[in-house]
Amino acid sequence: MQYLIANFFSLTVTGITLGAVYALVALGYTLVYGVLRLINFAHSEVFMYGTFTAMWSVMLLGGHSGASIPGVIGWIVVMFLVAMVTSGLVAVGLERVAYRPLRKRNAPPLISLISAIGASFALSELMGLRDKLAGFFGLDRKLGAYVGQARNNSAMPEILTPQPVFTIVDYQVTNVDILVVVGAILMMIVLDQFVKRSRLGRGIRAVAQDPEAAALMGVNRDRVIQVTFLVGGIMAGAAAVFYILRIGITRYDAGFILGVKAFTAAVLGGIGNLRGALLGGFVLGLAENYGSALIGTQWKDVVAFLLLVVILMFRPTGLLGESLGRSRA
Amino acid sequence: MNVFSGAVARVSGMVARAKVLPKPAKIALWALFVIFLFLLPILNIPVISTPDSDFGGVLFTVTTYVLVALGLNIVVGYAGLLDLGYVGFYAVGAYTVGVLGSAHAHVPWLLAVPVAVVAALISGIILGAPTLRVRGDYLAIVTLGFGEIVRLTAVNSGWLGAASGISQVPRPPSVSVFSLPHLDWSSGTPIVDLSNTTTFLKFGITDQIPYYWLALMVIFVVIFFDKRIKDSRVGRSWEATREDEDAAELMGVPTFKFKLLAFAMGAFIGGLSGALFAGKQGFISPDSFPLLLSILFIAAVVVGGQGNRKGVILGAIVVAYFPERFREFQEWRVLVFGLALMMLAIFRPQGLIPPRRTVLAKQADETLEALEEGTASDA
Amino acid sequence: MPDITEGRAAKANATEGGRSRILEVDNVTLRFGGVVALDEVSFHINEGEILGLIGPNGAGKTTCFNVMTGVYQATSGVVRFQGSPLGRRKKFKITQLGIARTFQNIRLFANMTALENVMVGTDAHHRTGVLSAMFGLPLHRQEESDGRDRAYELLNFMGLGKKANELARNLPYGDQRRLEIARALATGPKLLCLDEPAAGFNSAEKAKLMDLIRKIRDQGYTVLLIEHDMKLVMGVTDRVVVLEFGRKIAEGLPAEVRDNPAVISAYLGVDEDAS
Repeated sequence: MQYLIANFFSLTVTGITLGAVYALVALGYTLVYGVLRLINFAHSEVFMYGTFTAMWSVMLLGGHSGASIPGVIGWIVVMFLVAMVTSGLVAVGLERVAYRPLRKRNAPPLISLISAIGASFALSELMGLRDKLAGFFGLDRKLGAYVGQARNNSAMPEILTPQPVFTIVDYQVTNVDILVVVGAILMMIVLDQFVKRSRLGRGIRAVAQDPEAAALMGVNRDRVIQVTFLVGGIMAGAAAVFYILRIGITRYDAGFILGVKAFTAAVLGGIGNLRGALLGGFVLGLAENYGSALIGTQWKDVVAFLLLVVILMFRPTGLLGESLGRSRA
Repeated sequence: MNVFSGAVARVSGMVARAKVLPKPAKIALWALFVIFLFLLPILNIPVISTPDSDFGGVLFTVTTYVLVALGLNIVVGYAGLLDLGYVGFYAVGAYTVGVLGSAHAHVPWLLAVPVAVVAALISGIILGAPTLRVRGDYLAIVTLGFGEIVRLTAVNSGWLGAASGISQVPRPPSVSVFSLPHLDWSSGTPIVDLSNTTTFLKFGITDQIPYYWLALMVIFVVIFFDKRIKDSRVGRSWEATREDEDAAELMGVPTFKFKLLAFAMGAFIGGLSGALFAGKQGFISPDSFPLLLSILFIAAVVVGGQGNRKGVILGAIVVAYFPERFREFQEWRVLVFGLALMMLAIFRPQGLIPPRRTVLAKQADETLEALEEGTASDA
Repeated sequence: MPDITEGRAAKANATEGGRSRILEVDNVTLRFGGVVALDEVSFHINEGEILGLIGPNGAGKTTCFNVMTGVYQATSGVVRFQGSPLGRRKKFKITQLGIARTFQNIRLFANMTALENVMVGTDAHHRTGVLSAMFGLPLHRQEESDGRDRAYELLNFMGLGKKANELARNLPYGDQRRLEIARALATGPKLLCLDEPAAGFNSAEKAKLMDLIRKIRDQGYTVLLIEHDMKLVMGVTDRVVVLEFGRKIAEGLPAEVRDNPAVISAYLGVDEDAS
């Protein structure tokens, strides 16, 4: 308890920055669930690929610490573009290969889940085996920096050194913190507007609520589903950039734990509910930090799982309730 | 896929012919088959035997998976409940034996097992009671969370051995009844190798075969009871609940009770399997119970054909045996597994041996289609 | 407001020898958020009669069934079965009490055989549990074989004997409807509620169904029947209750109700099956 109180503000800020990442990834889960009633198990890999390509783009451009501000901004912009495109593509590819064939055959939910799980393992293993795969093409030497030691952590060169910007009581908020939180909130606003105002956004909501009626109204279901995956992927790509800037390392299975936590956040807020995903992300980030301060950092992950189990048992509709789609009896 | 369907058809043909044999012949055939199963590790048949690891140990692993698949089949196949955290019950069973037998007491294995299965049963009820009222897909995630919570608790708890686990877990009690020599095929023809024997039932450290025999016997018992339950009102209630839960309840089925029962029975069998595993391994750690294992268990059930006892047994054998048989491809195992799951979902979602109802339904659909096309061409 | 027709119905009741009321719906109101699905609905069913529940689409007939069988909880009012209120009992308990039903959209267990479907119904009165099943105890085996016999009996009664081992989804439409009735009867109810059992039937099939319903009543069951087809209602029911927009607008003998101006205007002359 002492620790919690003593470090309250640092825990809070850390919780919020972490929560921002959870929230952005949670959006992907909640969008897909809202539209397809499917838990996109492989969304964690969509995120993970974003972290790697963001990192690789910086490495390719020779990113380093102590560079001028325009340079840093340039790298970060490139990171965003690369990660969002990558994650978006992986997500759309996933839909096309692993889910659409099943949808066309009216497969039962367990089978879709099996496909999702298979895709998740396949994607993460591909990353984990990249050194061997590169070896097949004789490229492992040339691409060594990128594909070497595939099962270990990969570190990104530090391009943005955390500098304290201002202080809350006793915690110094850094530029990275601000970038993450502000950036995440901006993305969320953009998404919110997109879903509320654009034609495709309306289509997403329509399909989530009543696919048949939406089809009768001329909404192209396949297109909407593709867009849903794409948007979720883009959000995850952004989250990937924030993640790698903040934490600096990634690995082939970085998606797994983060994915479960992001899914917890989505459920916590109310699955299918976009604002719920955001709220859930922040709440989870904070709860994890406070919780681990109370019972020890090694229990950090347990806090997330426990929260998940408890929420689903006692308030399955989440904090804000389900909304994007119909809630089944 | 056509080659595979052809093979399945031929095997089904043989099975069909076997089915119509007179009863004494059938019993004799079954007895022979059972004896063959027991002798499998002794016979050491070249293609089947695993070159890179102890065949007895591999067979034990396979039987563990079969047992788990049978338990999970009750939950997923019969009652239609999605459980992605089955490893949790498996771990509870193993750790109970470990804690009682080594870490904090010296209870002999045979006495620890009943406690282990009861512990697993209770954890099943505790997990199931609040969650089974909630929707299907949520249940999957809650159970996944449960599995991970169990593992993480084990990692972080000193009294459970933390990351280093529990060693010197007691073995099942030994009794020496008779010894069987192994067959040695290294010279191309089978030679009885009298220097390499296995004793029934001596549970040692090096010879894994008696554990396999023990597990095999447990499987037969479980299958016996499973059959009885499936063909009774319990099995029917599960099936009705799976088909249409509200309608079932309106026909007088206490659906929640039966769902909880399925969950608890699944937990019981999972715990039993874990207890066996602990007894054989002699050492357990949280690394033995990763999420991947839960997924493998589910895969065994789905690959085989959920709801069909024979199917899930086959699925378990496939999922457990192939990685062991082709151990040189160790690095690629998980990737192949992931790809295989995807392909299974797309091309053969009903599993290798789908339950009768799926087969009949499919046949009926095909007949209907043929009729429709027939009339279309007439018109 | 005093209902003239109710007086006549009470007389009919009295003439029939003052039978007891097997079911009483007493001032039941059901609200879903802002929507009032049932508005102070009151009627009763006498033991051994065939009561028709009619009204235009959306009148609340199936909703009434749902309240009676525990699918919905009434916002206010009481449903009494054999004198005691149903309370907040769970659906399966209500079935065990003695109310069984069929569904407007057939809800059979599609991938189970006809026999298995009916046996789920007979299972409702099993007293043995999983342990007896596991060990094959004699009481369990007895209940199994009794259940099976009873199921065959009901299938034969419904004319489905030969199709006992067909999957429910493969049965022709008419058989499926009859199977639903057999399954409901298997639960051993005192009150059988049929929700549009003749939907999609032609006149010949409807006539057969009318016979069947009469036979069911003659065996001692009480029947509550939701139907659209006036001819069927006229031909088979003893009394009729009419709902419109969740309210009861008429009650009485079939002939009275048919001539009731309120009822006529409710249907606005739209008669589903004038043939």
